[in-house]
Amino acid sequence: MSGQDFISLLPLTVLAATVVLIMLAVSVYRSHILVLLITLAGLTAAAAMLPLAAGSGPRRVTSLLVVDGYALFYTGVILAATFVVAVFSFVYLRKQQGQQEELYLLLLLAALGAAVMAASSHFASLFLGLELLSSSLFILIAYPRGRLNIEAGVKYLILASVSTSVLLFGMAFIYDQTGTMQFSRMAALADANAGVLFTTGLGLLAVGLGFKLALVPFHMWTADVYQGAPAPVTAFVATVSKVGVFALALRFFSQVGIRPQAHLFLMFALIAIASMLAGNLLALTQDNVKRILAYSSIAHLGYLLVAFLASGPLAITAVTFYLSAYTATTLGAFGVVGMTPCRGREADAVEDYRGLFWRRPWLAAIFAAMLFSLAGIPLTAGFIGKFYLLDAGVGSSLWLLVFSLVAGSGISLYYYLRLVVVMYMRPRGASSGEATASCPWAGSLMLTALLAVIFWLGVYPAPLIDMIQKTAALK
Amino acid sequence: MILAWLILWLLAGGLLAWFSARWGNAWPRWISLITLLVQLAALTGLWIGFFSHGNLAVAAPGQWLAELNLPWIPAWGARFHLALDGVGLLMILLTSFLGIVAVAASWQGIQHRVGFFHFNLLWILAAIDGVFLAVDLFLFYFFWELMLVPLYFLIGIWGHQNRVYAALKFFIFTQASSLVMLVAILGLYFAHANSSGVYTFDYLGLLGTPMSSFTEMALMLGFFIAFAVKLPVLPLHTWLPDAHTEAPTAGSVALAGLVLKVGAFGMLRFLLPLFPRAASDFSTLAMSLAVAGIIYGALLAFSQTDLKRMVAYTSISHMGFVLLGIFAWNQLALQGAIVIMIAHGVSTGALFVIVGDLQDRIHTRDLDRMGGLWSVMPRLSGAGLLFALASLGLPGLGNFVGEFLVLLGVYQVSIPLAVLASLGFIVSTVYALWLVQRVFLGRNKHHRQLPDYNLRESAIMAVMIVVITALGLYPQPVLSTARGALKKLGSYAPGHHQPEASGAVAHKDPQAGATKPGSGS
Repeated sequence: MSGQDFISLLPLTVLAATVVLIMLAVSVYRSHILVLLITLAGLTAAAAMLPLAAGSGPRRVTSLLVVDGYALFYTGVILAATFVVAVFSFVYLRKQQGQQEELYLLLLLAALGAAVMAASSHFASLFLGLELLSSSLFILIAYPRGRLNIEAGVKYLILASVSTSVLLFGMAFIYDQTGTMQFSRMAALADANAGVLFTTGLGLLAVGLGFKLALVPFHMWTADVYQGAPAPVTAFVATVSKVGVFALALRFFSQVGIRPQAHLFLMFALIAIASMLAGNLLALTQDNVKRILAYSSIAHLGYLLVAFLASGPLAITAVTFYLSAYTATTLGAFGVVGMTPCRGREADAVEDYRGLFWRRPWLAAIFAAMLFSLAGIPLTAGFIGKFYLLDAGVGSSLWLLVFSLVAGSGISLYYYLRLVVVMYMRPRGASSGEATASCPWAGSLMLTALLAVIFWLGVYPAPLIDMIQKTAALK
Repeated sequence: MILAWLILWLLAGGLLAWFSARWGNAWPRWISLITLLVQLAALTGLWIGFFSHGNLAVAAPGQWLAELNLPWIPAWGARFHLALDGVGLLMILLTSFLGIVAVAASWQGIQHRVGFFHFNLLWILAAIDGVFLAVDLFLFYFFWELMLVPLYFLIGIWGHQNRVYAALKFFIFTQASSLVMLVAILGLYFAHANSSGVYTFDYLGLLGTPMSSFTEMALMLGFFIAFAVKLPVLPLHTWLPDAHTEAPTAGSVALAGLVLKVGAFGMLRFLLPLFPRAASDFSTLAMSLAVAGIIYGALLAFSQTDLKRMVAYTSISHMGFVLLGIFAWNQLALQGAIVIMIAHGVSTGALFVIVGDLQDRIHTRDLDRMGGLWSVMPRLSGAGLLFALASLGLPGLGNFVGEFLVLLGVYQVSIPLAVLASLGFIVSTVYALWLVQRVFLGRNKHHRQLPDYNLRESAIMAVMIVVITALGLYPQPVLSTARGALKKLGSYAPGHHQPEASGAVAHKDPQAGATKPGSGS
């Protein structure tokens, strides 16, 4: 490894160093705010290293990682999202009993795992990143040790292990056929001997990743985990873990190529359609905001698959843009869920939001904007993102997928609007003391910043698109 | 640049109105009113300017009265491209005018969340102006969708009993259909890129894109569905009675007066020029749907017991004439369609205001509980009579001119359709007189003692009466303003050799060849 390699790895190294630093800090002096500040400083420092790493050009660092614009862009998204989640967690946990400091440590570890996945070009680093992410997540989900949390944590643990073993199985098949674990070399060999075993391996790999991304029919854990985990952790699961895994899937499959593998393409298309329709239909019947958002996230990942299957440079920019927009929006939505005051528990029933417009106008307006962005209404990032996905889909003439996307969006309006409607209904009876808790300024600031990002991307997306096209194009 | 200011002015006015609510409920009202009055004044100045310079006749593709073209999302070839032609000018004049009416009509009716109400109202108007001005398909879609959310809030928050259902239905109908249009826009975008290598959403660039007839028909239908939901065309109209009925007065005025026009305008601006062959193949079916809508709307209006719902159904009938005129696609019919769009905006808007005023006074919209109101409220009843007559197409009032021109135009294309469409006049006479009879005449069974129109309400009605009468007696300024744009539109028709309005018009139906326009009266 040369000096340049170390510079390329700086964002990851800084992140890892911050984890160690927090561990030491906690053992010396426990302070919630101090740990938060270290976390935020570490994330900022890691983000500051991104231009430096980009300056040394796309580099292959050992055979495990490749640090190119694509990896760095996704790392940037992951770092930013983790920053927001850290602030939300502080706001969420500051009133609770117990020791909160380890949460930040786990958050950073999970973020490190996601960033490693975004940069991995080898099965070993893929597995490393994925395990780092999954095992941190499972503790995070069970964090404040309620009954529901433990249930969700265990559920996640079991399904994550199952999916990991499926993934490993798939890797074994592919290794057996190609004799390599590097994505780039696999691509060269794939054309030559795309036998049944190779396709099976790819299929199993896709299933394993499908579990992580919560695509239908591998989605059963999603709603329970989303509901059980504390709201900031749910935000993390819905954004950072998805971004990391999707970045990896996109890199892997665009190098190996799905198009030539007709069976695989068909499988992905069916998964996409099933996710879009089932996700949206299941969301219709829910009465819990976190479950609604869980099913809607399934549908959104299905939408993403449309562009994913479209392949080509347009598809990669479309997916990257959509993931960025989706991340900002989802963070905002779960941020509101975590900050809505509700008598000592999380406000996750739809009924808890009744009349929020009149009690807490700013919070409600932000939530409404996030929901509109998820629904893809203009002025918000979600609109441009959805347009981009359709752009990619129509460009590759994937008509069936495009129309499923349209149908799915049509259905989704119902449950997004239902939440908006509830917020502006008059409160039923005397609402006892719900309005008292004030929104902490740090949380409000973060939500406002997310709102600004959503509107900025929705009105003038050109800079971000430009940046994605310059940096995140996969060769 | 004036075009961007038209929109930004309203957006800024809306924000200011929202924030000014903390100083008192009067502030948002005055701010909205002044914002709209200034805009109307500026537009009128612009209009007079165009007249006096005689440059309304820009008829060639690519010529506009005013234009603004800025880069927006270069990666897609989407530009912030606004342009004004004669039809667009008329439509934004109508928008400002009805906006003022809507603000004035809700002066006392809206007492709850006044700031947010006016914010929504002004943003609806801004988005509608944007639709009338956008000549970049992406920008057009952007504005097209933008109007939905504030309208949804307007109906959902300030509407009547069943408002949540109506708002949701409205939103889902329009949003789902416009997603279909979005796919069609993208299909056109790629069809253009495949043939020319240029990725653009620009209207002028996309004109004349070579396509197979199947593609053209499929894309045309994608646009048609979205426009047909807004217009509305017969099988896609079911959101309209609910939304119009449940909306507050200002919402009904905006819906009937403006949102429906957006659908018609979209057909004129985009559907016909972009897909001329498919549109002309589709015209018989579209015109049949239009005639069905005319008669169906009028019949259903007649059978309603809810006054507001009745007015809502008349909209379906009137907009059927607009659709008929558009797809007849000759100068007479197109001019007629434009006149109806304006006249319907004013007359139906006025009827909704009257219904709203009635509801504020007697707290019901049930026709059975009205009657004999003329004796207690002569001013309101007089206005009601006048606009009911306008709605049935009485000569001398605006609607007559439009519907007559449309029938003349359609007669040259298809005599049976023209005959059937004129049946609509009979049914509309029945429902309009029935309305007057049941509400204003007869015996005042409930012995209601009600306040008549005050100064504000009388002023609204007076202005609207002046406009509808002027349009009926001297429609020439409107026709001259629209002529350039309509000539341009006529030139896109397949086999276009169409001279001025009153001359020989390209005949699709050889049997109609011998008929001279004007002999049908």
